[in-house]
Amino acid sequence: MSANLIPVLWQATLQTLYMVALSTLLGTLIGGPLGVFLATSRRGELLSAPWLNSVLGLIVNAARSTPFIILVVAIIPFTRLIAGTSIGTTAAIVPLTIAAAPFIARLIETAIREVDAGLIEAARAMGATPMQIVRKVLIPEAMPGIILGLTLAVVSLIGYSAMVGAVGGEGLGDLGIRYGYQRFMPEVMLAVVVILIVLVQLVQSAGEWIASRFDKRAPRNRGR
Amino acid sequence: MTEQAISFQGVTRRYPQKGGGDVVALHEIRLDVPQGAITGIIGRSGAGKSTLLRMVNGLERPSSGKVMVNGRDVGAASDASLRRIRREVGMIFQHFNLLASRTVAENIALPLEIAGEDRARIGPRVVELVERVGLTAQAGRYPAELSGGQKQRVGIARALATGPRVLLSDEATSALDPDTTRQVLALLQDINRDLGLTILLITHEMAVVRDICSHVAVIEAGRIVEAGETYAVFSKPAHPTTRSFLTGVTGVAVPQFIADRMRDAPQDSQAQAVVQVTFVGSHATDPMLARLTAERRVTVNILAGAIEEIGDKPFGSLIVALPAARLDESRRFLQEHGLLTEVLGHVG
Repeated sequence: MSANLIPVLWQATLQTLYMVALSTLLGTLIGGPLGVFLATSRRGELLSAPWLNSVLGLIVNAARSTPFIILVVAIIPFTRLIAGTSIGTTAAIVPLTIAAAPFIARLIETAIREVDAGLIEAARAMGATPMQIVRKVLIPEAMPGIILGLTLAVVSLIGYSAMVGAVGGEGLGDLGIRYGYQRFMPEVMLAVVVILIVLVQLVQSAGEWIASRFDKRAPRNRGR
Repeated sequence: MTEQAISFQGVTRRYPQKGGGDVVALHEIRLDVPQGAITGIIGRSGAGKSTLLRMVNGLERPSSGKVMVNGRDVGAASDASLRRIRREVGMIFQHFNLLASRTVAENIALPLEIAGEDRARIGPRVVELVERVGLTAQAGRYPAELSGGQKQRVGIARALATGPRVLLSDEATSALDPDTTRQVLALLQDINRDLGLTILLITHEMAVVRDICSHVAVIEAGRIVEAGETYAVFSKPAHPTTRSFLTGVTGVAVPQFIADRMRDAPQDSQAQAVVQVTFVGSHATDPMLARLTAERRVTVNILAGAIEEIGDKPFGSLIVALPAARLDESRRFLQEHGLLTEVLGHVG
């Protein structure tokens, strides 16, 4: 591999990190509250709003069942509205966020549903408001699961980000296709794959480490 | 007049079922829980005791009737005033319900945070509570590192944090071994004495009632079948459910090999009647069976028996066999001397 490819790879890695980081952040800002609401709003639950729960559940399912590459193309007008352009790394963040938010919402919903109902009852018996229960009981208790869920989301977004080359999103996936496939430079393809493997590995390990720091459920997680 | 901390006034709870028809969990419950006492509600699982307890802090609401706590109607309270009432009513649970993500001290601080207490005042209050339940050394530990008994102590400290006047206990010792159960019960008794706290507990274990409850209510299929001072209720049990719990507390039961052979009526002139004799108060120490033999020449065969204390008073229960032909005469003799008898069956 010629030396002038190193900056190209570095550049592409930064673009991928930029897209993934920002879409994770935005996806969590949207998907987090949505997930909490989905986990607490069925009939008889804390924020009981069964009708809204069903509607939001449907929207989330619809968004999640649309293949990502179709989503990217389908929302081009919306992307242009938000980002001012439909082409480029920043523009790619729009579809990535829209794919991430419902995914993260479901992951957070699952984590919160894992919290023992007895804890909600105990908090109600203390005179907690529904919002206090969410802030002081549900989220802290679900934190290890939430972190692992977000880790999964980041790993998936690294994969998705490789597809946004289709709309000029650049990044590692795009580099791999353009150099490795279209210009017959298999060594670039290989380098891209290796970088992606390393990224995913780092994210996964970091996520698990952070989750274990939050997990006080069993003494084994305290490294004794 | 003793003041009532909690008063159930004709409380009924129905659960509507899909496809019509209601399940009635509680039926016209009338029960007064005296201020400053430890009152036990005993019943089998599904009897409705858990639903009844949860009415006190509004986790359940009555379908009809009123639940008065410290003079306020819980069932009719708005959300905001219900939250205020809940801060005056602590609750402990069978499975402790501690937050795994919080240390002992942080768990105890939770109700104070919820009540909007000043950070500066939470610290000292938590120190005091941790000491009260004897967990000063464990204050920085997480629940996963504690034994069951220690977890329940945290539960108790947490329930006391906001300075409640009433403590509800939902089978608080049912998940604990007998030794730990005794320690936790002793702690509840201390708290009751020191703080003058009214304690209402539900249990299916007669031993819990025997050890710490001054008052008891027996619940069966959503109805209170007997209630009053523990000793009075258990010295003259009127309802079969009460009697069966009593057998549980003394641990006295008809030995299996006899139970297998027992029939309702005597089969021949040699038949033996199996009788449960309950001794109460001072009679518990009188040798009445010996006198039955000496004075009436009735041969009494003791099959099982025990003497316990309920509310600091001796309480005994024996299961004996005596000739069926002499049954009526013997029962009269024993009853004249203040003993309770119940014919369980006949052998032979």
